[in-house]
Amino acid sequence: MSEAILTPIEKKPIGFTVGVLAAAGAVAGLFIGTAQGSGLVGIVAGAVLMAVLAFVALEVLGPGMEKPLRWGVIALFAVAGLLLGSVPGLILGALFGWFFGWFAYWIGMGRYRAHLVPYLTGGQVLWHYSFRVICGAIFIFLITPILVVMPLSFNAENFFTFTPGMLRFDPEAYSLKHYRDFLTNPEWTNAVKNSLMVAPVATLISVGLGTLAAIGLSQSHVPGKRAIMAILISPMIVPLIISATGMYFFYSKIGIVGTYWGIVLAHAVLGIPFVIITVTATLVGFDRSLTRAAANMGADPIRTFFKVQMPLILPGVISGGLFAFITSFDEVVVVLFIGSAELQTLPWQMFTGLREQISPTILAAATILVGISICLLTTVEMLRRRSERLRGMSPS
Amino acid sequence: MSHPATDPDKIIGTTPDNALRNADRADARADGPVLAADGTPLKRSLARALRAQKLRALALIAPLLIFVLVSFIAPIGDMLFRSVENQIVKDTLPRTVVALRDYDAASTELPRDEVFEAAYYDIFYAAERKIHTRLGSRLNYEMSGASSLFRKSGRGLDDVGELYQDQFEALNEGWDEAGPWVEIMADPEWVTEQAAWDAAPEGRMPRFELREGIAEILPRTSEAYETFARFTQVEEGDSPLEEEPWSAVHTALYQDLSATDLSGYSGPRADMLQAADALVESDGFETVAFRDAFAEVDEDWVEPEIWQTIKMYSPAYTSGYFLNSIDMQKTADGPALRDADERIYGLLFWRTLFMSLVITFSCILLGYPIAYLLSNLPSGKANLLMILVLLPFWTSLLVRTSAWKVMLQQQGVINDVLVWLGMVSDDGRLVMINNQFGTIVAMTHILLPFMILPMFSVMSTIPVSYTRAAKSLGATNWTAFWRVYFPQSVPGIGAGSILVFILSIGYYITPEIVGGTSGIFISNRIAYHISSSLNWGLAAALGSILLVVVLILYWAYDRIVGIDNVKLGG
Repeated sequence: MSEAILTPIEKKPIGFTVGVLAAAGAVAGLFIGTAQGSGLVGIVAGAVLMAVLAFVALEVLGPGMEKPLRWGVIALFAVAGLLLGSVPGLILGALFGWFFGWFAYWIGMGRYRAHLVPYLTGGQVLWHYSFRVICGAIFIFLITPILVVMPLSFNAENFFTFTPGMLRFDPEAYSLKHYRDFLTNPEWTNAVKNSLMVAPVATLISVGLGTLAAIGLSQSHVPGKRAIMAILISPMIVPLIISATGMYFFYSKIGIVGTYWGIVLAHAVLGIPFVIITVTATLVGFDRSLTRAAANMGADPIRTFFKVQMPLILPGVISGGLFAFITSFDEVVVVLFIGSAELQTLPWQMFTGLREQISPTILAAATILVGISICLLTTVEMLRRRSERLRGMSPS
Repeated sequence: MSHPATDPDKIIGTTPDNALRNADRADARADGPVLAADGTPLKRSLARALRAQKLRALALIAPLLIFVLVSFIAPIGDMLFRSVENQIVKDTLPRTVVALRDYDAASTELPRDEVFEAAYYDIFYAAERKIHTRLGSRLNYEMSGASSLFRKSGRGLDDVGELYQDQFEALNEGWDEAGPWVEIMADPEWVTEQAAWDAAPEGRMPRFELREGIAEILPRTSEAYETFARFTQVEEGDSPLEEEPWSAVHTALYQDLSATDLSGYSGPRADMLQAADALVESDGFETVAFRDAFAEVDEDWVEPEIWQTIKMYSPAYTSGYFLNSIDMQKTADGPALRDADERIYGLLFWRTLFMSLVITFSCILLGYPIAYLLSNLPSGKANLLMILVLLPFWTSLLVRTSAWKVMLQQQGVINDVLVWLGMVSDDGRLVMINNQFGTIVAMTHILLPFMILPMFSVMSTIPVSYTRAAKSLGATNWTAFWRVYFPQSVPGIGAGSILVFILSIGYYITPEIVGGTSGIFISNRIAYHISSSLNWGLAAALGSILLVVVLILYWAYDRIVGIDNVKLGG
């Protein structure tokens, strides 16, 4: 489905356009109507309004007047929204106006068929777009919770929900006070400090040992490879609660519960599967003749490793390291069990915050963490593409 | 499930393995063995190279393997061990366990008097070491009331010894002093060494020794005194020369004196001992039977239940925790189901499985269209949309859980929107959190990327031409999808489902925060037993059962998908 126009478009019969728009208007009207008190009035008003809009747009003014008409509709709806519900109403109204202006021409001019193959039946076209709408809804489900957190973290009140002030876009209702709390309250700053002390060390251990082992595992003759692989991946598969229970028993036996190294050790183990998986995946396309060539030219194995192999698998190693880092940085179950009050990490602090005292500072922390995840995600994606390019695979 | 990078037969280029096979073939053709440049047979030198390569690979893996074995597999093993381990009864009540050996747990009678005697000494010593309450709470898991019973008995049983102690003391003040006891019981050589150590405490205290021959004359007293002296030395770091013995020693002395005749005794303090012997034989000497003393402390001791419980849990290993975790209990007639109102774990396991299935199913339902869309869009658009899948995947679990808390609570975003739209009334806000619904919604969201990614990687390998071919042969849209496309995408569904199911079955954080009481999983119960009820054995048993389920699924996953085919982030 390329951007090229596959099907010549033509104007649809006006009856079809008016019908579709009336139906769409009825649905939108139902929502606005119930919000304003009467659903039935909303349906009727929406349907009539949209039918008139469609008729005016396509029959009275025609496609030639598309631009001014669409702006006009936006303005009209925005004013109507302002009257019904002040500032948020204005924005919603403008959005509605933009959508219906576009929708009227999209339907009426038959533009919806432009990018589809000409032989599709009406039902297939309908299904094609319904499927898109379903997928869109699922994407909204995926992303909304993360997006909702962000504006709420600027709440001036200690609420977990939007205040009327926020909905009115009253600047008074927004503040940075939760961020201030996050950055100055010793509980939070200590938690961040502890997390930053644990995660890099744990990452170093898992990356160092994990990369070596991945290289070993990628050799052609490893006795018991399957079993070894199963053991090395198991920290990812075994439920965290079980790992935490076992570690709590065992680490208290050897006296490292509640110590810094106990947590580092546990987090390093939990990060190892990710390093193994990403690095072995990078090694799949590794051309062995390169190391042989290096050896042929007199490089010793260590030099070969650092000068030839390492630069090529580095993207995989780094993204494995990022996975290990985020695992440690985000880990809470094991820390709850084997940590101590002085070693509270950021996730611990968030967890107790969520369970006990409800403070929107958690949302500020969450927003910052989302920012960090976006950075990490971008880095990993860039590394993945670079790695594929280095190995001569086509970037996907 | 072989890996293209590691399967010897798939590696492009030569490896020692290929060369070895070639050498084999050459040997079979030629008359003599093929020789390498240095004159050794080629086969041997290749075998050596192969061995060296294997060793090098193992040397690279070894550090990590050892690290994982020590810091991960060992803890898991420890947990499995704890789920059956039950040393505490045997360690705390060693004499009682021996005395109970021929007691029939199924009988409704009380055990013999010897058992009460052994239990008196055991509990007395345990109380001195302050470990009787720990045993009490252990047995309390099996028989409610055991905890308070043991706590009471630790204090209450002192009365027995004090009765004898007072009478001996009335006869001669010396019976309540350290000196005479040392003279009677201790080895003179040890006394000299201990006195020297007391004067200049350096190095280790000399270990207490009984006087030669005293163990034959006063067997019980010797044992009790030795226990006391060693305890004083080791646990308290005091010199037994200066400590007056426990009242249990007096009880033992009374028992010995009433059993033996000391008229022929001629050791130290013979007069004191013989006077005490005469006192014990006299009519006015007050005694108390152990059984009565126990009955005095608590009537429960003269019910058979506590003795049955001790008997049943006296072996070093027990199946009791496992029985508990499947709502059964050990009874005198073997394992039996608990009363209907005490069964919780069966329900919890069932609920965990059921909710994990619902979550897996919702993930399939929501993930399939997305994976289909992503694998059929041009790569530019697909990559852009992929970010919407990967962003939740990379976002902290706690962020997503707190987001759902914000969304679902009664004053939360969804309810606010519904009220604003007029779909629910302000006082009829929906309860969507702290129940199963909340857990299922939040966990479906959290685990959805784990379903989409494997599905996507399978679907992007399905050629578009197959469905086109099917359609051109006359298949309807539905037939082309259901008979041609869908069967090819099943491996992706399988991989994603097992992954999501494994992950959800052991989830802890999200159910804990949004699950309330009806939406919690077995993991939450394990955490409860570790941190609140402190019944670690039961937590370990529950964990072991969960682990077995997960390992079976892990094995299936390895079979179907291959653990080295797990992909992270597309």
